Amino acid sequence: MENRPSNVPVTINVNGNALSAEVEPRTLLALFLRDDLHLTGTHIGCDTSNCGACTVLLDGDAVKSCTVLAVQADGRDITTIEGVAGDDGSFSAVQEGFRQEHGLQCGYCTPGMIMAATALLADNPNPSEHDIRHNLEGNLCRCTGYQMIVNSVRWAAENPDGVSVSVGGQGAHS
Amino acid sequence: MIPAAFEYKKAGSADEAIALLTEYGDEAKLLAGGHSLLPLMKLRLARPEVLIDIGNVADLSYVREDGDHIAVGALTRHRDVERSDVLRSALPVLAHVASTVGDPQVRNRGTIGGSIVHGDPASDLPSVVLATGATLVVRGSGGQREIAAADFFVDFLETAVAADELLTEIKFPKSNGAGWSFQKFNRRAQDWAIVGATVVGGDNPGVSLVNMGSKPELSVAATEAMASGASPSDVGAAAADGAANPPEDLSANVAYRRHLARSLVERAVAEASN
Repeated sequence: MENRPSNVPVTINVNGNALSAEVEPRTLLALFLRDDLHLTGTHIGCDTSNCGACTVLLDGDAVKSCTVLAVQADGRDITTIEGVAGDDGSFSAVQEGFRQEHGLQCGYCTPGMIMAATALLADNPNPSEHDIRHNLEGNLCRCTGYQMIVNSVRWAAENPDGVSVSVGGQGAHS
Repeated sequence: MIPAAFEYKKAGSADEAIALLTEYGDEAKLLAGGHSLLPLMKLRLARPEVLIDIGNVADLSYVREDGDHIAVGALTRHRDVERSDVLRSALPVLAHVASTVGDPQVRNRGTIGGSIVHGDPASDLPSVVLATGATLVVRGSGGQREIAAADFFVDFLETAVAADELLTEIKFPKSNGAGWSFQKFNRRAQDWAIVGATVVGGDNPGVSLVNMGSKPELSVAATEAMASGASPSDVGAAAADGAANPPEDLSANVAYRRHLARSLVERAVAEASN
């Protein structure tokens, strides 16, 4: 064996919790989240920065965590799919949009889609269909044909509090 | 896929990065956004012993007007190039081409300098460097030097930047309202160009091609044709015929690439002339 490179101390704020760890430099952020933190909602699809299943937010920006090293996230804020819902478990507007508009079939791409859509709506709360499609270019879905995903994001834009007016919304707050 | 093991060094400044490059030489690679390098490392096509992380060198991320040119810091992310008001008004071709790189997640990480020094003939931004006749500013242990775009791209994934040097800035001449066009042909929105073309009009026209050779290339024949006032179709023909060594791959053979180059350049010249 050659000399093993030294591990690097990092402090990463994941879903609001500051976590300190020693990581091997080559550890990918996606694997750090999944294997070390057991946050397995972040999926690894293509592992080549094409499919976007591994999308998380880094300081609020959507990034593909299979192509970011954990050491590059040192001192940064990471939000994963586990950090999207409210503290009481209530769905975010985007999550609720995917439920209302059936924006998924197998669900594999869904965490990445929701993170990319969350970043889009934070930046542009009222995106056109073109904006939505253009901003989800980095996320592949092999089931839905995308139309219902676009509808889901549009639903979230129209219902930013995440509560449907037409379906069951009336009783949800009581 | 996990990269081969490497030693990780974080540089807080350009000078620190140059000192580390001088210390480690060929064994080291600079890590900026990582969106060219990390995929190569995951495939074990690159196995640097040392990675020097310059991602936190904040003073190399800027866009500013400087006399007759726009200076862009090498660590400026594609997203910031895409959204720069200065570029949108003084050099819209650059802002536009940055907006077509990869997809939003890639543009949030990738940097203009990283894309350029990677020297990939299939990447979009080198074509703007070439068509506009930009100047590349590099700094190393021996000091700073400037390299003309025409001398910068040496061969496949190889540029004139030495092992102990760092690209710090790209100086783009202002377009002064000259027409421009970028044409990119691909099958899916996020894909690399099968063939692409950047055309800049005005007093110093330039025609450059994406993915039509072993390195990013200015089409000298097409640029001369455009300067002499040739028609869009003649400029397109000059670009297609002038490409010495188009690659052949699963997406396109040589004849199809020449056909695309001809059509895209013709379209781009017509658009830039409007």
